[in-house]
Amino acid sequence: MLTRVAGCALALALMIQPASAQTPVKIGFVSTFSGPQGQLGEEIHSGFRVALEQFDGRLGGVPVEILVGDDQTKPDIARQLVDKMIEQDKVDILTGMLNSSVLLAIARPAFDAGKIVISSIAGPSVLAGQQCNPNFFVASPQNDESSEAMGQYLQSKGVKSVVLISSNYPAGRDKMSGFKRFFKGAVVNELYPPFTQLDYAAEIAQVRAAKSDAVFEFLPGGVGINFLKQFNESGLKKDVKLFTDFGGLDETMIAAVGDAALGVSTASFWTASLKNPVNAKFVDGFEKKFNRLPSFYAAAGYDTALLLDTAIKAAGGNVADKSAFRKAIADAQFDAARGRFRFNTNHIPLSDFYLTTVTKDDKGRYVLALGEKIFSDHKDAYADHCKYPAN
Amino acid sequence: MSPLLFVEQSLNGLQFGVMLFMMAAGMTLMLGIMNLVNLAYGSLYMLGAYFAVTIQWWSGSFLLAAAGSLLATAAVGVLMEMSTFRHLYVRSYLDQVLCTIGLNMFLNELVRVIWGSRPLNMKLPSALAGTVALLPGLSYPILRLAIIAVGVVIAAALYALIAHTKVGIHIRAGASNRPMAAVMGINIKALFTFIFALGAALAGLAGIMAGPLLSVGINMGDSILVLTLVVIVIGGIGSVRGALIAAILVGFIDTWARMLLPSALGDTGIYLLMAGVLYLKPRGLFPETT
Repeated sequence: MLTRVAGCALALALMIQPASAQTPVKIGFVSTFSGPQGQLGEEIHSGFRVALEQFDGRLGGVPVEILVGDDQTKPDIARQLVDKMIEQDKVDILTGMLNSSVLLAIARPAFDAGKIVISSIAGPSVLAGQQCNPNFFVASPQNDESSEAMGQYLQSKGVKSVVLISSNYPAGRDKMSGFKRFFKGAVVNELYPPFTQLDYAAEIAQVRAAKSDAVFEFLPGGVGINFLKQFNESGLKKDVKLFTDFGGLDETMIAAVGDAALGVSTASFWTASLKNPVNAKFVDGFEKKFNRLPSFYAAAGYDTALLLDTAIKAAGGNVADKSAFRKAIADAQFDAARGRFRFNTNHIPLSDFYLTTVTKDDKGRYVLALGEKIFSDHKDAYADHCKYPAN
Repeated sequence: MSPLLFVEQSLNGLQFGVMLFMMAAGMTLMLGIMNLVNLAYGSLYMLGAYFAVTIQWWSGSFLLAAAGSLLATAAVGVLMEMSTFRHLYVRSYLDQVLCTIGLNMFLNELVRVIWGSRPLNMKLPSALAGTVALLPGLSYPILRLAIIAVGVVIAAALYALIAHTKVGIHIRAGASNRPMAAVMGINIKALFTFIFALGAALAGLAGIMAGPLLSVGINMGDSILVLTLVVIVIGGIGSVRGALIAAILVGFIDTWARMLLPSALGDTGIYLLMAGVLYLKPRGLFPETT
């Protein structure tokens, strides 16, 4: 009898043991790995991997299995990818997202299946406000916030007039309205060139004609590189100060622009020169692995992993109990690469913003040097409209 | 609008047009003479820029980089012609499109494997940096003036080549009536390889000139290919003169439309131009007679 009980207990123990020790938490990592923005998804993923290696392949003490998917910046492709991850691979968590359009396409099926979605970069206004979802989190500021910080900075410096230039798509328009929420001076001209435009001579000529104090632009990736080079060659830089949204001035871009980017400023929630122990560990680890400085995309990937680590630990490794796990994420507070990390009521972090300016460091590398702090614990403009169903 | 802005925008239109012409000239020759739809043409433009960045990185010299890159892109062009395109001339347009799109994807990935996915930095030689005062109150980037100058030289050289040399007579003969030209004893095979080298070098040159002005990244060829096709269609397939005039027209209209039309219309200006030209002259402005 006793042996039988002991046998049962042993069998039970054997059944439980592997369940917690060997069944890994499955994480679907969906981002953009090909096409013109392919290097950005790679950046997020690189930052994520650096954290994962520092935790020996575990998050919150639990082994994790990462399934990587390339959305190709195409909402329909992303939708198929995520359907497969949910139905076939049975992932517990979806993360890594870069592009807002992609995120909006995959959010609905993921929420319907009761999955947790932690976007690494994309923070569209829709999901921050009225249509917010308790299963949705962003590890970065909401889209508008960085340009709000830039607007605040220019306002505080007494800049009288600006010309705004942005690629003509929803996120670009959001960025410009974010800027105008805080900048009260004159907006002399607003230019919205097509998303794929190569040459900006016509826009630069209009800046010259407008004679404004400053230019604020949001031209992400390759087109932003084009603009920075062409603005520098136009010789306007000495008369008109150039400011960009941080999506128009990251480390991968300034390395490609070189000297032409020197002196251009942006506002960011993170920079490699931010002094705190976690950031030192991140930048060090990244530099050792990739032999170059990380960008804020990589920092967001790193902090996404730290967020998961904190939340899975708080939930005792049990991600199957969705409401407990959800609460563990929402309540997560930890030291991240950007400093103290905590969420606002709408699951978007409260962020500090700093002025950063392109300079050359003593090793001859182009870096975004840390300047003054613009915002502390900044909230996005949509949080008050977000009401979760009580449960 | 101030007169200075008018002059500046006109120069911008001219410079953009010249850049498009360098791309379109080579491609229209291939399309008109070899009857080849080459969607991998953008890859040659990309390779031109990547070769130049790499050689500049090794040697530190822009001139050496430009010369080396021209030779290398021409060589790649010849290699492509002998290995792949030679078998495509007699095939249908669909086969050509499928094969060259595949080649384009392959080359994009190859560049990613060799140079990585992050865009590269091409340093501007100090002689081309900065601006020059053209009129009181109007300074213009030297680089853009240099591009205009190179474009004018290329246009003149191509005109001389096609109108006044024996090779040019062969090219025109090949464009007008290929079988007849072959019957008359023109070595079509050698002529095609030559045109391919020339076309590849022109694409490479456009890539080199674009290097300091635009992002040197993996998909740079794809973004300019569409505009190149628009130029060729407007100018008339196979006509270098048509490509020149169409490129400058597109450059001007694009520059002015962006300034005068509401931004919601985007770059519709050039497509309206294309639709208008095709309505009045379905074979383009200067079709080669066959």
